[in-house]
Amino acid sequence: MKHLLSTRDLDRATAISILDVALDMAALGTRDVKKLPALRGKTIVNLFYEDSTRTRISFEAAEKRLSADVINFSAKGSSVSKGESLKDTAQTLDAMGIDAVVVRHSSSGAPHLLAHSGWLDVPIVNAGDGTHEHPTQALLDAFTLRESMFDDDARGKGLDGLNIVIVGDILHSRVARSNIWLLATLGANVTVVAPPTLTPPGIETWPVRLSHSLDDALEAAPDAVMMLRIQSERMKAAFFPNAREYAKFWGLTAARYRKLGESTIIMHPGPMNRGLEISGEAADSPQSVILKQVTNGVFVRMAVLFTVLTGAKGDVHE
Amino acid sequence: MYMSNEILITGANIMGEATADILVRDGVITAVGAKLEAPEARIIDAKGLIALPGLVDLHTHLREPGFEQSETVLTGSRAAAAGGFTTVFAMANTSPVADNAGVVEQVKRLGDEAGYVTVRPIGAVTVGLAGETLADLGSMATSRAQVSVFSDDGKCVHDSLLMRRAMEYVKTFGGVIAQHAQDPRLTIDAQMNEGEVSSRLGLNGWPAVAEESIIARDVLLAEHIGSRLHICHLSTAGSVEIIRWAKARGIAVTVEVTPHHLLLTDDLAENYDARFKVNPPLRTAADVQALRAAVADGTIDIVATDHAPHPHDTKDCEWDQASFGMVGLESALPIVNTTLVSTGLLSWSDVARVMSQAPAQIGSLEGNRALTVGEVADIVLFDPSTSREWSTDDVVSRSKNTPFSGITLAGSVVHTIRHGYLTVTDGLLVDEKVVAEAGGFRG
Amino acid sequence: MTATLLQPADMTRALTRIAHEILEGNRGTSDLVLLGIPTRGVTLAKRIAATLAQIDGTEVPVGALDVTMYRDDLMSNPTRATAQTDVPVDIEGKTVVLVDDVLYSGRTVRAALDALTNFGRPETVRLAVLIDRGHRQLPIRADYVGKNVPSAHSERINVRLSEIDGNDLVTIAEHTSGGAA
Ligand SMILES: [Zn+2]
Repeated sequence: MKHLLSTRDLDRATAISILDVALDMAALGTRDVKKLPALRGKTIVNLFYEDSTRTRISFEAAEKRLSADVINFSAKGSSVSKGESLKDTAQTLDAMGIDAVVVRHSSSGAPHLLAHSGWLDVPIVNAGDGTHEHPTQALLDAFTLRESMFDDDARGKGLDGLNIVIVGDILHSRVARSNIWLLATLGANVTVVAPPTLTPPGIETWPVRLSHSLDDALEAAPDAVMMLRIQSERMKAAFFPNAREYAKFWGLTAARYRKLGESTIIMHPGPMNRGLEISGEAADSPQSVILKQVTNGVFVRMAVLFTVLTGAKGDVHE
Repeated sequence: MYMSNEILITGANIMGEATADILVRDGVITAVGAKLEAPEARIIDAKGLIALPGLVDLHTHLREPGFEQSETVLTGSRAAAAGGFTTVFAMANTSPVADNAGVVEQVKRLGDEAGYVTVRPIGAVTVGLAGETLADLGSMATSRAQVSVFSDDGKCVHDSLLMRRAMEYVKTFGGVIAQHAQDPRLTIDAQMNEGEVSSRLGLNGWPAVAEESIIARDVLLAEHIGSRLHICHLSTAGSVEIIRWAKARGIAVTVEVTPHHLLLTDDLAENYDARFKVNPPLRTAADVQALRAAVADGTIDIVATDHAPHPHDTKDCEWDQASFGMVGLESALPIVNTTLVSTGLLSWSDVARVMSQAPAQIGSLEGNRALTVGEVADIVLFDPSTSREWSTDDVVSRSKNTPFSGITLAGSVVHTIRHGYLTVTDGLLVDEKVVAEAGGFRG
Repeated sequence: MTATLLQPADMTRALTRIAHEILEGNRGTSDLVLLGIPTRGVTLAKRIAATLAQIDGTEVPVGALDVTMYRDDLMSNPTRATAQTDVPVDIEGKTVVLVDDVLYSGRTVRAALDALTNFGRPETVRLAVLIDRGHRQLPIRADYVGKNVPSAHSERINVRLSEIDGNDLVTIAEHTSGGAA
């Protein structure tokens, strides 16, 4: 695997191998020395065209734990805000001899361009592009699901037969897209719940079941329910009437939470709009794994960086 | 340089129907028949070549004034000649906008000076393409540029009342409004065809209904006020159905389709290669089939290129930041040959109709474009037997944003004759000075 | 051509001998920790521990030490999957016996010594291997060796263990296609 651009082009074996490596990275968290020398001498650039402190810090922690040298490049206050193109920036980084780029961009497909345009020739890791994909988020969600379901027995396993409900703005959510492809690859049954205004056209060809009723979907006692963040600008663009109504129909309210069985875990990619898509009671409940998702993010990103940056032939080898 | 007023085309296949010689003298076809003799004439051996009336493009962006880094009237005229065109209608979205007599006369003059094709400026419908107040429609019509087609192309005349008034007003001088049908509210920040591919790629969708609803409204308006209406670059199967219905009712609507909408589909966006970004967007394979069938059955009247040059940098970037549009003058006839003639949907006389006679009629050009004695000698000689993988080397436009690189296209333009002189011979453009002089301008 | 180096009975004898040597060298099992290097080193460590228990009657802590992240050939070889590390006790001041199946260049052991430093400072580190095939590239030697096998670079040694591979067998063959030895 040279790049990680999308979960859609991850095969099952590669996905499971990344999750297994992440498991070994997680074991590191319990040690006194949390650093590994694997990427010593490698320079990784975190190229962030969009503000996302949490994702950047998670990648930075992953990079540093693998002993890589880290350069943070954020669009604000840089040559980018002065109109430098992605191409010029990419060629500049190439000229500096860096070893990998972690890119976050508001334009869908920007990581794909970096990987395939010939502007630079290093591994590219997609840290979220527009409304396209956020593959490391999906991997950390899968990791968290596997951990919750199988505990110490997770190694080598997929998510076969698990029932996962994804709720909210599927149309604009890169987290939803990456999760849909990855969960399907790992064998889970995915139900998406969204108002018709926030349902992507053509979703009937995707490996999901579509529902417009959150109550129906929760009635089936899924193994996990994944709440997506809703952006306030969607309301202004008339995707739904108002916040109150969104919470009422599409939010994991306290009442819905109380009806939920204990076996259903609650997930959210963060940052949360408490009281909108998720109630505080649900977010802080014992079955919420929202903070575990954050913790696991570092391990999964370590596994991804290790996988794309090592290996002469690019294949996984026992 | 050997110059003669006479050209004798021998053994040409005239519109695919009969083999004959064509004699051209002083810009006019003077004889058509077997074994013509003209000792003084320059001989063009046209054995195996299809002779068509010079092509007319009702939808070209020449970019001058204002965007000369993309194209100029001269470079765009050369691209047109290379594609077998002898007349192009130049869209109004220049800078300044062609919304007054001054700009359209300037564009016409630049076209005359270049001499490769007849350049007929299109006038803007509204001032500055802003969609608010009508431009100087009458002044442009009666100017030396003789504007007969008006369009805000690039933008839709979306205000229903303004559209009605414009269509009514241009009846004064026999003009026509060419509508770029796109509901602006349904296409906010739209990037590509709305469908499964756009959903997967995370690119904002441009739904078919945004085109179809405007076309439906405008044909009803045209019927109500008894006006002519022309629809630019029809792109969806649903639009075809509406036009079929409108024509059956006798509404005076004419329709164009671009070569790229006859060939390419929305899944080409998968690599985020912005060469495939165009407005209206590439649609689905089902739409492509419907468009081809509609050209074949006459629902679609003409093929027009929407030749839209853009500099490399505005295409070599993030998809949502890239410009809309693709060049298409050079590749138009090979694509029509590939998609419509080779497939048996059109005969060569149909091609003459959809690429020359019908667009000329919509644009109120004089002449019949019939390759008969007495007609102006605008002729293209096309070799349908060759085929090649298209590349940017085939693009003579100043901009190289062709989406067809790597696609095999059938046929090539061998000679183009405008007003009785060669602009392209043996597949090569004739020198600028020679053409300018032949066109009557001496710098 | 494939030749057998160890039959099942040979392997058991070799491991038993190693267990005795460890006891002698360590004067008993006190403060002893066995750490196998995945995958087969872990299995061998468990067998040695079982033998020690039979001889001495005490349970010696056994763990696994994955060295993947410490290798110096990460960029030149195909990507390796990592394996689980499990160090069951504090190794500070202990005698750690690293166990691996084949000792060759010495680079795996070098990586293991590196990995070990992250868990503490053992009093002594020893090395036990089932096969020593020579060709060291680093100043490293084994303290306990099941069998010394002079080999050519072009040869490949294949260790099979019943827990993983279904049977106990060590063979040597001409190296034919790609793959790590
Ligand atoms: Zn247009």
